[in-house]
Amino acid sequence: MSEQHAHDVAFVRTEFVPESPPPGVASGPVKWMRENLFASPANSVLTLLSIYAIYLILSPTLPWILNGVWTASSLSECREILNGTSGACFAVLTERWPQLLYGFKYPADEYWRPTLAFVLLFIAAAPVLFFDLPRKLLIFTGLYPFLAFWLIWGGTILTPLLALAGCVVGGLVYQRLVASNFAAGFFGGIVAALVVWTLGGVLIPEGASDNALLPAVPSRDLGGFMLNMMLGVTCVSLSLPIGIALALGRQSSMPLIKWICVVFIEFIRGVPLITLLFVASVMLSYFFPPESTVDLFLRVVIMITMFSSAYIAEVIRGGLAALPRGQYEAADSLGLDYAQAMRLIILPQALKISIPGIVNVAVGLFKDTTLVSVISMFDLVGMIRGPILASTEWNGVYWELLGFAAALFFVVCYGISQYSQWLERRLATDHR
Amino acid sequence: MAEAQMKVSDQVAITIDKMNKWYGAFHVLRDINLTVYQGERIVICGPSGSGKSTLIRCINALEEHQQGSITVDGTLLSSDLKNVDKIRSEVGMVFQHFNLFPHLTILENCTLAPIWVRKIPRKEAEATAMHFLEKVKIPEQANKYPGQLSGGQQQRVAIARSLCMRPRIMLFDEPTSALDPEMIKEVLDTMIELAEEGMTMLCVTHEMGFARQVANRVIFMDAGQIVEQNEPEEFFLNPKSDRTKLFLSQILGH
Repeated sequence: MSEQHAHDVAFVRTEFVPESPPPGVASGPVKWMRENLFASPANSVLTLLSIYAIYLILSPTLPWILNGVWTASSLSECREILNGTSGACFAVLTERWPQLLYGFKYPADEYWRPTLAFVLLFIAAAPVLFFDLPRKLLIFTGLYPFLAFWLIWGGTILTPLLALAGCVVGGLVYQRLVASNFAAGFFGGIVAALVVWTLGGVLIPEGASDNALLPAVPSRDLGGFMLNMMLGVTCVSLSLPIGIALALGRQSSMPLIKWICVVFIEFIRGVPLITLLFVASVMLSYFFPPESTVDLFLRVVIMITMFSSAYIAEVIRGGLAALPRGQYEAADSLGLDYAQAMRLIILPQALKISIPGIVNVAVGLFKDTTLVSVISMFDLVGMIRGPILASTEWNGVYWELLGFAAALFFVVCYGISQYSQWLERRLATDHR
Repeated sequence: MAEAQMKVSDQVAITIDKMNKWYGAFHVLRDINLTVYQGERIVICGPSGSGKSTLIRCINALEEHQQGSITVDGTLLSSDLKNVDKIRSEVGMVFQHFNLFPHLTILENCTLAPIWVRKIPRKEAEATAMHFLEKVKIPEQANKYPGQLSGGQQQRVAIARSLCMRPRIMLFDEPTSALDPEMIKEVLDTMIELAEEGMTMLCVTHEMGFARQVANRVIFMDAGQIVEQNEPEEFFLNPKSDRTKLFLSQILGH
């Protein structure tokens, strides 16, 4: 018996089993429903209950939306048209459309300016968001902030040109000095830019804005969704680099820099945004020279940027902590200096890990721009709560207006989220 | 063969003089004195925790030493960052866990430091990179990412990446410890080829066959000090200290 057994066990494969395709799987909608909707009795009950719940939600809302009235001049007229049937009063959106988008004080003849700035925003953002595009487009991205400023605020073109000149001079001085010493380059660049701005500020004549090509629009006249977009785009694009700097500063081996960053981050994170906004609207002017009038928009941008950069810094710190020490060591062992190691090795990986967190902060920040309505800036929500709902014509149209605001924010935030998922897939090189 | 291998120049590559290092209160390296000549191939072995990795990591300043001096190629290793970067760009290092940059392709891994540190034009750096990738026998993987390669291939890329900087000295920190047995050979073959070309090498490894074949000096470390150093034949056949005998009996015993 045992001989027989031994005979069976000894085995040498003479030919290899060839690769074969997987067995064909039955497919089709019926199979899909069987598997996903009616797999078991309990499963079927849950499916039917869910369908009923969806029916309960849609049966009143669908007719309300489809039966909506799009042209009327007031709520009472709208109700006359509906004549007791259920229906939405979307007429408020069509009638107050410009106010919802631009606020109620922006001059109607100039609406094309913010619209153009908005369209150009896509061209400016494209090379940053999609790095397969030609790098030369980045020149436009660099010019865009000054162009958009000129388009939206109008006035003399000398102001944005001066701001641009300051940045260019600062950048040149930085490039000159950074070769010898980073700190010298950094502070030298800032000082050079400040010098240009101060000198140029004296040179711009007093009444330069009076007969400008584009009439000047003061900041308090901005409003509507335009204000949300402006705050959101400015603050996100400023807080990302500041957040990176804070995150790196917090890891610094220089105690002074480290503690400045820690105190800043912990302080800002411990204070509600709304408090910071009140500080911006009433108190921040105490910190500036008495005769200077710093624009409310600028003050709000500073506050929101500080707030979100603290959060982004912590998100990026998480990404930095997730990198194995070996990456730092490999970069060091190849002779890369600190700036090169960070820019080429550490940050690309840390930022990739941090994408979901950064997007979280960015989406939150964009929605938080509606908080400026409590310091009497008329953003989209401020417009709805203030001038529109308070008017005699449209007093009481809550669902349509707030639903519209929700839809508008949803579209932007969902877009950001989809982009970030695409970016993560695009950057996936680990092949797990 | 032994004759040819023994021949090293009398030009000094590395001098370590009375070097001491502490981790907090723990004395990891004690009074290390070591002179490495150009073209020498040194294998450092010893039980784990004996400070052998720490020693070679001190040579390119991945670890700081607190006492004594290290001079690499005439440059004194001090806290001056310029000196540190100069030494690092001349000393190649290969790690146990490869430490390739996962977000860059194999070719980019190899060209990054030459382009940014040596300021070599991209075209030239790519040509050099392909030359060394051919040398480690994986030019066809140049456009893949590290995550797509096997461990042995990754380690060979790591060697090529170091070579692209044209280093005068190579440090190997247990280069085969994280590899499957089948892949150890391909990495060792690459290292042997490198040794035959006269590269100065310091290698922390437990591959005693490699030490016998390639090294012209074996250093045995224990408890943070150099216990014994000798030519490989003498070292393996005729160990002097009891600690060395015990160690050798344990790793060669089975």
